[in-house]
Amino acid sequence: MKTVIIKYNAGNIRSVLFALDRLGVEGVVTDNPEEIKAADKVIFPGVGEASSAMRYLKERKLDQLITGLKQPVLGICLGMQLLCQHSEENDTNCLGVFDVEVKRFQSPVDNLLKIPQIGWNNITGLYCTLFEHVPENSYMYFVHSYYAALSPYTVATANYVINYSAALQKDNFYAVQFHPEKSAGEGQKILENFLKL
Amino acid sequence: MLTKRIIPCLDIKDGRTVKGVNFENIRDAGDPIELGALYAAQGADELVFLDITATNERRKTLSELVTRIAKHVNIPFTVGGGISSVEDVNVLLQSGADKISVNTSAFKRPELVDELAREFGSQCVVLAIDTRFEDGDWYVYLNGGRVKTEVKAYDWAKEAVGRGAGEILLTSMNNDGTKKGFALDITGKLSQNLNVPVIASGGAGTMDHFMDVFETAQADAALAASIFHYKEIEIPALKTYLYQRGMNIRF
Repeated sequence: MKTVIIKYNAGNIRSVLFALDRLGVEGVVTDNPEEIKAADKVIFPGVGEASSAMRYLKERKLDQLITGLKQPVLGICLGMQLLCQHSEENDTNCLGVFDVEVKRFQSPVDNLLKIPQIGWNNITGLYCTLFEHVPENSYMYFVHSYYAALSPYTVATANYVINYSAALQKDNFYAVQFHPEKSAGEGQKILENFLKL
Repeated sequence: MLTKRIIPCLDIKDGRTVKGVNFENIRDAGDPIELGALYAAQGADELVFLDITATNERRKTLSELVTRIAKHVNIPFTVGGGISSVEDVNVLLQSGADKISVNTSAFKRPELVDELAREFGSQCVVLAIDTRFEDGDWYVYLNGGRVKTEVKAYDWAKEAVGRGAGEILLTSMNNDGTKKGFALDITGKLSQNLNVPVIASGGAGTMDHFMDVFETAQADAALAASIFHYKEIEIPALKTYLYQRGMNIRF
């Protein structure tokens, strides 16, 4: 089995590699289209800013490549947001796999909301093979200022002032807003479930 | 609900964990990787590694250490100590650190915070402030607490957040090493007025001290070192204690 991590101008690639390594899987980091197309599993990571990430993907024609993939694809954090339709972050048109809008957290008038959300939050309404043997209300590590709204593709929900999509799924595309590679044992379980798809 | 975070801090010197009392009298407290992995397994929410080595080989040994930590630890961790440039940060993030913390270098050249936030995003830029209460206010200290400035901790924190710092790690030098509790007033002032998370540091001695800093000062996270290293408080017991008293805590 070959697991590829898409290489682009976004962070956390090393952390994902190490997390795969802890599961006994050797990931390959590449932006080579043929290598990505031939992989059994594709991980689309990301910590960064949406518009510059999209520009980078388009320049290398990785945008069309990603949306055309047929094997299981896992978007993480910014990777998940880029799989959505549009992001408020610098008004960016994204890949459009999920017809979902990505919005910025807003402080309610009577309460100072800390943005980005940094830390461990619980996920509920788990409805996807990714979450097999992952209990309801498991805590995952989140770091983000933008969120994917709830949608028919939502397969896990988190709450930070409002309810939003902690995970999305459509056909072979899976996406999580949190960082499974940094979410201790439960996060590791989610990566393991993805690798078993 | 987002939980309150418990963060063990490991001071690193020449690749070993040490802990000073009042920033002095360094004692050896073990292998940082072993200790970090143990804390992660016990339920620590994050780890902070502060490198206090002052030799020329520091940068290389630190990046190697960070790689080893990232391989073995499955929770987020921050690395700090002597970081003064975009290139320093790039090396550490590439090595597997999730966040970096800057202190003296950012105070001396505040544009560093802007540069780091622009290059890597605010979420990985932690501003560490060492502060001491004297003459009626909390002042910023530099160089590991050795150099006093005339700038107030709140003013500097506010400026840094405006420049893109994503979190504040606030250490009260008056409280550090005393085990008499966190500095609730200045922690509360920052936490309740800045729209980024505040990590309280310095003074933890009992489980109630953590309760106080979360409830009274509304800190987002609390950091401690020696009480964890010397097993005076164990993380699972601490988290249970806080949870039973109504805190949002991860298990």
